[in-house]
Amino acid sequence: MIECTEITKKYISGDTETVALAGVSFRIDAGEFVAIIGPSGSGKSTLMHIIGALDTPTSGRFLLEGQDVSHFDDDQLAELRNRKIGFVFQAFNLLPRANVIRNVCLPLLYGKVPPGRREELAREALIKTGLDEDSFFKRSNQLSGGQQQRVAIARALVTDPSLILADEPTGNLDSKTEKIVMQTFQQLHNEGRTIVLITHEAEIAEYAQRVITIRDGLIVEDRLNGHAARTGELSKGGIVPAAGEAEVSA
Amino acid sequence: MSFRDLLEQTFWFFSSNKVRSGLTMLGIIVGIGSVIAMISVGQGAQQSVQDRIQAIGSNLIIVMPGATRGGGGFFFSSGRGSAQTLTSADANAISSQVSGAANVAPELDTRKQVSAKGENTNTQIIGTIPAYTDVHNVSIDTGSFITDGENTSSGKVAVLGPSARDDLFGSGAAAVGQSIRIGTVQFKVIGVTQAKGGSGFNNPDDAIYIPLSSMQHFIMGGSYVSSIGVSASSQDNMDSVQQQINDLLLQRHKISNPALADFNIINQNDIVNTATSVTKTLTELLASIAGISLLVGGIGIMNMMLTTVTERTREIGLRKSVGAKKSDISLQFLSESVMLTFMGGAIGIVVGEFVSAIIANVIGQPTAFSLISVVSVFAVSALIGIVFGYYPARRAANLSPIVALRYE
Repeated sequence: MIECTEITKKYISGDTETVALAGVSFRIDAGEFVAIIGPSGSGKSTLMHIIGALDTPTSGRFLLEGQDVSHFDDDQLAELRNRKIGFVFQAFNLLPRANVIRNVCLPLLYGKVPPGRREELAREALIKTGLDEDSFFKRSNQLSGGQQQRVAIARALVTDPSLILADEPTGNLDSKTEKIVMQTFQQLHNEGRTIVLITHEAEIAEYAQRVITIRDGLIVEDRLNGHAARTGELSKGGIVPAAGEAEVSA
Repeated sequence: MSFRDLLEQTFWFFSSNKVRSGLTMLGIIVGIGSVIAMISVGQGAQQSVQDRIQAIGSNLIIVMPGATRGGGGFFFSSGRGSAQTLTSADANAISSQVSGAANVAPELDTRKQVSAKGENTNTQIIGTIPAYTDVHNVSIDTGSFITDGENTSSGKVAVLGPSARDDLFGSGAAAVGQSIRIGTVQFKVIGVTQAKGGSGFNNPDDAIYIPLSSMQHFIMGGSYVSSIGVSASSQDNMDSVQQQINDLLLQRHKISNPALADFNIINQNDIVNTATSVTKTLTELLASIAGISLLVGGIGIMNMMLTTVTERTREIGLRKSVGAKKSDISLQFLSESVMLTFMGGAIGIVVGEFVSAIIANVIGQPTAFSLISVVSVFAVSALIGIVFGYYPARRAANLSPIVALRYE
């Protein structure tokens, strides 16, 4: 599903070179629910951008469904995002003046879905997230935070992507709605979807099946939830052993 | 994104940003509206100037006296129009010898104080012959024009222009049969001409027509005329008629060097062309001033689009993250700006035509509707949308999705 090999990302601003990712290798299989956790500045957002095909790595290889996308140009990446990835953001990023259906239909505009089928797909996606049907034609800025995030999840689902990428999806929510949203993700996982969750909160990461901890641009821990760290020993969706990582886990 | 989706998105954006879109469009509406109004007013003025010149006569060629020049090795000129070199005989010669000259009317003009029943006015007195009505398109309202008999017998009869009649006898009063005094000589009014419209000197309505011979005998003395009006039988042979008159008069006046001719020939086409070019320049000037407001409107569009790009940075980031390509984003913004200017242009044309109708009503000047100007203004407004929308659209399209999504 996802295979990262020795991914590095460097930013150069002026004379200073910042290393955001210093060589990261791992694999995520289809159907996994993985949390990538790390403090701010750890490189987890950069990693999310690369997994989400929003950015390309400086070096290393990133395979998405067996396809090397490391050298795709902007338009190829855009098409890839449209077909394979559904994003859920911390700030929801809904179009405030648009109604729920219109928001969910947005990715379909850029795909090849005929106009007549869009609303039907949007409804299906919304029903999966458990949003009230009464809200379908409300403007998104009239909804509560939890409802908005469910609209955003529906938007991520509507193209039936191979991967759902959630970036701090509960960062703007209270603990009660946080639970509902996370349960929605768990349910999607149970339905067989691949979910990658980026967070800095350990509690949120606990909803996932597998937790990858990243710090200073390197993976420091990769464990199945509820088990001891099994760096390098995972049977399912295990990591590709890489230099540097062994030292950290030792 | 399909064209239909693009249009749908654009209209949705406008309907959710009504006030701002409306205000931005207002700039274009005012710009296009004033260009349209100015062009209509200018073209109306052009048309009315042309009409007035045509009213002087049709296919008219006017022969005017030139400068008197001394002879004998040393030429002195006492200025154009000073010569008394044109005579009734010249007019007769033109009439009989120039082919294509339909009508020939010599005239002798002066301004005189005219009185009647205690009222008096200073007006133009034109001594002429019956052919004048055909050469200068003069029609008679009441009574009759001068006849050949009256001309031969130097009859003391006068035909009044409607303005002269109004000044002497009161507006619309019956003047035929009354007496007027031109200078010291008494004339009997035999007719009143129809109004032609016009103003200033040489206003055909503020004139008194008397027989040429009476003018020469009783008022001016001498046998010269101040100009000869010739109407060509058709527009096409005006040049040939003019050339024949020129050759004939040179021969009659025994002048071998055409540069020393003691007469000038003015062709109505020349007058029309000159006047048209003047009003055309005026129209262009008005339209270009109005064009400035259109430019300002265009800058307004760019300003709004740039603000929109900044304001919608997150939206752009989101659209990109869900699969919008650069071209999708730039097309979206271009289509918004083009649609704004296009709709602004459409409303502006309506407003402009409305304004020009009001102007036409208020100043009594006809305005002309020109399809070409409407179509080109439409094209210009769409072009403005592209030109001023291009930069903001490119800026939006080039935003990196990561930066755009992080934007607060």
